[in-house]
Amino acid sequence: MNYEEEKIKGLSLTIWLRLLKYFKGLKKQILKAFIVILAATGGSAAYPLFIRYAVSNFVVPGTTKGIVPFTAVCFGFILIVGVCIYFWTKLLMGLEMNLSMIIRRDCFVHLQKLQLAYHNVNSVGYLIGRVMSDTERISSMISWGFSGLVESILFLFFSITFMLILSPKLAIILIIVIPAAGIIAWIFQRKIIVISRRVRELNSKITGSYNEGITGSKTSKTLVIEDLNSAEFSTLSNNMRRESIRSSRLNALMMPMVMSLGSIALSIVLYRGGTLVGKQLLDFGIISAFVTYAVSTIEPIVWVSGVISEMVSAQVGIERVTGLLNEPITIVDLPEVIKKYGDTFDPKRENWEPVLGGVSFENVWFKYPDGDEYVLEDFSLDIPSGTTVAIVGETGAGKSTIVNLACRFYEPTEGRVLIDGRDSRERSQLWLHSSLGYVLQDPHLFSGTIIDNIRYGRLDATDEEVMAAASLVSADTIATRLPDGFSSDVGEGGDNLSTGEKQLVSFARAVLADPPIFVLDEATSSIDTETERLIQNAISHMLKGRTSFIIAHRLSTIVRSDLILVVEDGKIVERGTHKELLAAGGHYSSLYKAMRLEEIMQ
Amino acid sequence: MFKKKIWKMLLSFTHGIKRYFLISILAAAASSLMSFLTPIIVGFTVDNVIGGGAQSSLPGPIMSLYNFLSSRGIFGSKLAICAIFAALCAIIAGSFNYLSRTNMAKGSESMINNLRIKLFKHTQSLPFEWHSKNQTGDIIQRCTSDVETTRRFVFQQLIEVLRTVIMLVMVMIIMFTLNPIMALVVTVFLPIIMLYTVFFFKRVADKFLECDEAEGELMVRVQENLTGVRVVRAFGREKYETERFDEKNVAFTKKWLSLGGTYGQFWGISDSVSAMQLLCVIVTGSLLAARGTLSFGELLVFISYTQMVAWPVRQLGRVLSEMSKTGVSLGRINEILEAPGETDPPDALEPPMDRDIEFKDVSFSYDVETDQQVLKNVSFTIKNGTTFGILGSTGSGKSSITYLLNRLYEIGANSGAITIGGINIQQINRKYLRKNIGLVLQEPFLFSKTILENIDIASHGQDLGKVREKAAIAAVDDNIMSFSKGYETIVGERGVTLSGGQKQRVAIARTLMMNAPVMVFDDSMSSLDMETDAKIREALRIDTAQATVILISHRISTLMKADKIMVLDEGRVAEIGTHQELIDKNGIYRRVYDLQSGIDDER
Repeated sequence: MNYEEEKIKGLSLTIWLRLLKYFKGLKKQILKAFIVILAATGGSAAYPLFIRYAVSNFVVPGTTKGIVPFTAVCFGFILIVGVCIYFWTKLLMGLEMNLSMIIRRDCFVHLQKLQLAYHNVNSVGYLIGRVMSDTERISSMISWGFSGLVESILFLFFSITFMLILSPKLAIILIIVIPAAGIIAWIFQRKIIVISRRVRELNSKITGSYNEGITGSKTSKTLVIEDLNSAEFSTLSNNMRRESIRSSRLNALMMPMVMSLGSIALSIVLYRGGTLVGKQLLDFGIISAFVTYAVSTIEPIVWVSGVISEMVSAQVGIERVTGLLNEPITIVDLPEVIKKYGDTFDPKRENWEPVLGGVSFENVWFKYPDGDEYVLEDFSLDIPSGTTVAIVGETGAGKSTIVNLACRFYEPTEGRVLIDGRDSRERSQLWLHSSLGYVLQDPHLFSGTIIDNIRYGRLDATDEEVMAAASLVSADTIATRLPDGFSSDVGEGGDNLSTGEKQLVSFARAVLADPPIFVLDEATSSIDTETERLIQNAISHMLKGRTSFIIAHRLSTIVRSDLILVVEDGKIVERGTHKELLAAGGHYSSLYKAMRLEEIMQ
Repeated sequence: MFKKKIWKMLLSFTHGIKRYFLISILAAAASSLMSFLTPIIVGFTVDNVIGGGAQSSLPGPIMSLYNFLSSRGIFGSKLAICAIFAALCAIIAGSFNYLSRTNMAKGSESMINNLRIKLFKHTQSLPFEWHSKNQTGDIIQRCTSDVETTRRFVFQQLIEVLRTVIMLVMVMIIMFTLNPIMALVVTVFLPIIMLYTVFFFKRVADKFLECDEAEGELMVRVQENLTGVRVVRAFGREKYETERFDEKNVAFTKKWLSLGGTYGQFWGISDSVSAMQLLCVIVTGSLLAARGTLSFGELLVFISYTQMVAWPVRQLGRVLSEMSKTGVSLGRINEILEAPGETDPPDALEPPMDRDIEFKDVSFSYDVETDQQVLKNVSFTIKNGTTFGILGSTGSGKSSITYLLNRLYEIGANSGAITIGGINIQQINRKYLRKNIGLVLQEPFLFSKTILENIDIASHGQDLGKVREKAAIAAVDDNIMSFSKGYETIVGERGVTLSGGQKQRVAIARTLMMNAPVMVFDDSMSSLDMETDAKIREALRIDTAQATVILISHRISTLMKADKIMVLDEGRVAEIGTHQELIDKNGIYRRVYDLQSGIDDER
């Protein structure tokens, strides 16, 4: 959840200028839109002139001579304005959508490059907010806000010009009223923005309350605090009611006030105009045009002030998006590495050496970017190709650190990680990552078919290869259960499958990739015995002849591995084979006993 | 439009606030009336005062006032009187408008507030079974976005429709009195504009749906990519992912672009139709004026009216087309409100709870249809003031026993009974029962408040000393004091994230604050190491000396000092007895015990 607590700042040009590069590519569209707006607005502003013409030429003299050509001209004019409005809407919609498409893409691509450390500290919800809603808000602000602004200003400009041409003496009245109305509207809009921000905050708190009230319902019932929860919610909800009414009240006050100003202007026009007509200095037609102007210039003023204050609040979104785009990428390949191996989006696979799977840690010191304690201090470990390394320890003890470094998701603070004897920084990230098979405890699938998901491991695999990989880890049993077999949709995040099934699919995915290095985060969640057996089979298939890191929860896996690392509080406290560690009688042996106990209980 | 019961539901939230809506509508009518008066005054001025003819007149009372003022020459010229009239008219109209809008806001916000609070209270009172059967995300969506849709409906649509209708009726009457032919010209266009709007928004509704779907697909792509960032990186699929993103990003953009053309048509056509309407009014007016059947001032009146009604009529069309969407939302909200909440009969008992607890032949299944029994004919007695241990593996039915005891779930008919002091718990007031059974859940939930508030939540307003005392028993006081803000530390989304073990201990402290005669610890120390576990148990033994304590665990050391221990196996009571008895029995308990104490052969 994101509580907006930003202060209202003035309109800051520098913030908007950050978006300048996006405008450059859209110059043509912007120009076209401007021309169309100019035409349409000029046309609308000229409507009162028709009234004036009709009054002066037909009504006052009492004749219908020339009314047919007049009607025809007006008709044509209206059609032209209509067509302009059509293009205007279409062009602006295009501008908005293209702009948001480009900014969104930039955000997405940047997120692909940002290190995992960034992803770990920023929630998915927050990032989605940046990529989706902020970009949309910015671009709609730019296209519709700006166009509204341009339209309103143009409309005022045209209206004032026409009025000045018709009668400077009457025009002056409206010219004085316009800024006055503008100031009133502006003052209100600023207040409205502050209040509506408060309303939004309250609204997200209310959502939070519902969330807590519902997810915590079991706890609330056992503690019998339903009434307390409801009372707290009522307070919150009542606040929301009060603030919403306030905000509506401001709105309700602004419009009549500004409109009244317009009507006062109308009265003055009537009075002055009437006097002038009486002195034969003005004709009826002009009065009628001014009556229309007095009414129609007020709305654009409200618009302008509204847009400007909206723009002020949209700045927050721009700052957030540009903040994301400017977020420094800390794990980057050196220029000479990119030159030889290519980058993530343009790899030069022809220059890639095959990965054998030897991993060594050489005097590695490491602390997480958000932590201040070293979790690895002068850690050295040589893992020859084909070794199975089990990492054991309590939940949250920091078992992933070794894996994160070996995979270069993080880089050591000091020291080196070597892959096949060379510093992993000497080769590109993609080179290493393309040689990894990664199976997570909570397997992540993408929406699509089972085939799609397995093929994620190797994009150019044929259907036969996919199915072969699947049958190797018994993932084909899932396909037989489902109506569409391998082409069955797994649903969003794979939710149509059970956790065990998802795991099997992710095994197949990794097997298809046929990687020299394997990372496996075993599941602790209880899976039915049948699936459990399948998974055990799958694992033993996969580990053959590969370097593998297993964050292990199952005794059988641990006991069978070549090397066991015991992690406590983020640090490696013991290392050795099962026998060695058991004989040592330290952390491992007590951990082992506890795990044996659990197994018996289940 | 909507079903009757939905109207009834909506109406039930207007209790005590109906006057706001009434005032709002009346004020809106007054405001419309006044704003329709302004053009008449302008027209009158143009015809009678400036032009000097006497073709048009003002409505009765205003005309008399005008005659009175002008005969006395109070504001100087007649022109000045008219100008002041026009200005006053606008100001009064504005004031009524303000009155109408504020009352509308008061009414609809109060109504939505009532709805929100009712919904929250109701979700709190709904049985746990309902919560576990419904998806949290879906419920929250109903409570938030569906309520927002309802709010918009009441605030912007319902009242707006009434106002527009009132306004239209009034303007029709005025126009037809002034000049039927001109009125007809204006009126002819209204249904055209409205029908076109309804038709258009109905048509774009489908396209909107497509856009929403496309956006949803894009959103899923982004979300899956971000949640699966490790998988993406580990397989080096950044480029592939970007291509897949582009595909959806472009598709989404294209959908909107096509909608842009449709919208362009709508605005182009409807603006043109409005302009045509104005043109027809001007041309017809000119023709009539030339014939002398319409004055210049009256023409001005019609021009003003044409401009005034154009926008509301378009709005009306839009609102009508959106009503079906609101109906769906209201239906979804009503589904929650219709679900029956937990209620206790007025004659529910509140007996003393420091009595023996007895399970008599209890069988239970969560799903009546599959009838997979998690408890099978379970019978046992817990003597008051003793400590009772339950040992069992995952899925053995341990937690179900606590749920039934606490009436989070109810025992079905003919499936046995639980009694406390001989009284069936189904006859006991639920809240009373739960207040007297301090239950620490396996996966405790902490509220996003301070730690102090969390621990004190069920005991309301105890001092810090008391809270710290209980926290110390739960062996979490030191941890809490090590936070920079101590007990004022906020937990949850907005504050620090506690580890599983810390959460469990805070939850233990929270339950201890209840001072209940019965305490249940449902695997509440599973995330703790053995030492802490032992420390807490020792402190508990002293603190809860008088209470009946039920300990559930799969750790022998947690249970061995209990007065009686029951071993559950697949929903059945496998063994029951004291530690020594069970050891001697050489069953499951013995096997687990041997492992625990390390006698097991280390294979």
